[in-house]
Amino acid sequence: MVGLGHFLVLSAVLFSIGLYGVLAKRNAIAIVLCVEIMLNAVNIALAAFSRYGTPAALTGQVFALFVMVVAAAEAAVGIAIIMTIYRSRGSIDATKIDLMKW
Amino acid sequence: MALSIGFWLLAIIAVGAALTVVVLKDVFRSALSLVLSLVAVAGIYITLSADFLAGVQVLVYVGAISILLIIGIMLTREVQQGAPANKFRIPAFLLAVVFFGVMCFVFLSTPWHTVPGARELALPPTTVGLADRLFSQNGYLLTVEIAGVLLLAAIIGAIAMARDK
Repeated sequence: MVGLGHFLVLSAVLFSIGLYGVLAKRNAIAIVLCVEIMLNAVNIALAAFSRYGTPAALTGQVFALFVMVVAAAEAAVGIAIIMTIYRSRGSIDATKIDLMKW
Repeated sequence: MALSIGFWLLAIIAVGAALTVVVLKDVFRSALSLVLSLVAVAGIYITLSADFLAGVQVLVYVGAISILLIIGIMLTREVQQGAPANKFRIPAFLLAVVFFGVMCFVFLSTPWHTVPGARELALPPTTVGLADRLFSQNGYLLTVEIAGVLLLAAIIGAIAMARDK
């Protein structure tokens, strides 16, 4: 029988995979891909809490919708920043983008 | 029973595709794998009887965000070079494993307040309920307005940054 714990552990697995990708990847677009995985993991947890905790109130699903709005805005701005960096420096290697590093 | 089989299948597909995103060197293939993972997550929303959320997931993530990311990959021409891991690969892996362990411990040892028999409880379609929560008098109307302003600001900012000077 699938319970709340199964969904939460699935969410933790996906979030950890995304966390590893964000920390370990070099390509800036690959980092954005992994951020999307992390946001999806959070949405699974919110939907599962909504289903098992307050099935009629749907509050968790409302929060998941707002997370999707923020994810869309984040992807648009992120890709725009990456395009600008690529145009001015010719590379999107995140280890070489250190203009603001002390 | 069928719901459990569906959950396990979708969970295995989602986790496998997410692992492929992280492991593959080719950025374009990892973006396609991300699309598979997003579709599997939409299926998981359906097993949670969140039908509107599954539809929005397919429309927004699979339809819009993944296309945006694939166009970004095509325009930056780093596909051949791939996405190799940086020098923090092993510390990042250890950190992710430790984080996963802590999260599992917290998730499984917390006594969550769940409604008894929530799994068997048949829910009505969520679209009406969500519209009621979002747009009603004591709902999240202000947040919806703020989300609209945020999207507008993000689009204007993206255009202002990405256009040719």
